[in-house]
Amino acid sequence: MGGNSNVKLIDDNGIRIDGRRVDELRNLKIEAGVLKRADGSAYVELGKNKVLAAVYGPRECHPRHMQNPAKAIIQCKYNMIAFSVGDRKRPGPDRRSVEISKIISEAFEYVVFTENYPRTSIDIYIEVLQANAGTRCAGLTAASVALADAGIPMKDLVPSVAVGKVNDQVVLDLQKEEDNFGQADVPMAMIPRTGEVLLLQMDGHLTRVQFDRAMELAVPALHQIYAAQKDALARRYAVEQSDEPEDPATSEPQEG
Amino acid sequence: MNKEGSSSREIVIPGDLLDSGKLKAGAGTYTQDGKVYAAQLGILSIKSNFVNVIPLGGRYIPAPGDSVIGKVIDIGPSNWLIDINSPYPAPLHVNEVPWRVDFGDTARFMNVGDTLLAKVLIVDETKRVQVTMKEQGLRKLQGGQVMEISYSKVPRVIGKGGSMVQMIKNMTNTRIFVGQNGRIWLDGEIENIVFAIRAIKMIEENAHTSRLTERVKDYLESVAKPAQAETSG
Repeated sequence: MGGNSNVKLIDDNGIRIDGRRVDELRNLKIEAGVLKRADGSAYVELGKNKVLAAVYGPRECHPRHMQNPAKAIIQCKYNMIAFSVGDRKRPGPDRRSVEISKIISEAFEYVVFTENYPRTSIDIYIEVLQANAGTRCAGLTAASVALADAGIPMKDLVPSVAVGKVNDQVVLDLQKEEDNFGQADVPMAMIPRTGEVLLLQMDGHLTRVQFDRAMELAVPALHQIYAAQKDALARRYAVEQSDEPEDPATSEPQEG
Repeated sequence: MNKEGSSSREIVIPGDLLDSGKLKAGAGTYTQDGKVYAAQLGILSIKSNFVNVIPLGGRYIPAPGDSVIGKVIDIGPSNWLIDINSPYPAPLHVNEVPWRVDFGDTARFMNVGDTLLAKVLIVDETKRVQVTMKEQGLRKLQGGQVMEISYSKVPRVIGKGGSMVQMIKNMTNTRIFVGQNGRIWLDGEIENIVFAIRAIKMIEENAHTSRLTERVKDYLESVAKPAQAETSG
């Protein structure tokens, strides 16, 4: 958030430097079940962001003192790979990734039925392979698909998107230049069906009017991401599903 | 969305509306404001007024009465700790084995790494599990080998009334025991075991397709017949 707003990021026709309109999302691609050894996994591309999420568990929680006898705990690790950004990122956890890990796991604690699995831990690993602003949102979107893929019971999928302010205009889904030279960045996550907000941060300042506009932009985008998430999960089993008419249940008809 | 009858093959995703008031919420679902939603990724199934989601994945969670294949991971003076392929390790107390075991003498009967057939005795609300071996057919497994599949595919491997596993047993001439926890024990001639494992892998990968029994049968006929001819001839 340089706050350096003399860089012109939106032209007079309301077109941004990558050719999008202010209410337009970057290209989104979601794929579920990309990793074989993880219990659940997903890969998300949002513009130039490339994010991989893997879920393990529910599994026995170590260290023991972190176990909760009433419910499962959700542990999330968000990590940016050294080559994910322009200048090599020093590997390992830092202030920023610890914060993001915390807010993502707290967002999921609200949707996952953790009380079904007391004393266990559900581990989410988010690896950012390539970053171009909005990776926490892409990571959360991916992790949500990975959780569903792992067969973990949850209320709903959680889409996430960022809204920001650039040249005094509220725009959807900031990309790198807009994030660096813009005035505000507001990542959010929501259950679209109920409108429950699971994550909302604000870096920079928005007036009340601008904030309302930000929500106005975010909600349809979240629905769009949500649809893409559902589609990714449906596609995963579409092949297997294609040629069968009969009993869904657990067993096969008796053969003669 | 509401398909009547017991059969439909719809894939549902967490958060999908399954029913708005007529049916009762079954496994893999939750209710909110009187409506039933899917809680898990799975296949929709409506049976006698209940909406259920048959999960496509997930971990094995023990339930009382399940027959499982366990591995000894630790021993104490009066119990063994059994890994039953779930998030919860299961203690097996000396009172729950068919032998008379003196205090501190547990290692003489079963040691770390041994495999056994057991039954889940109790699961309490914090998911503390206990297993037992005091029932007919439950024993320490000697010889053979153990394979693991996803627990959600176990019913498919067993088949209706055990038809699938029975067919594999007969056609490969092996002894097979399928645990509810996704572990399968096989014993017999080594090449026959390989055929049986391939057949089971095939079932696991194609669990959601139809005519599976016939395809498995075709496969086993193509491999097992020559094998049997070889051994007899």
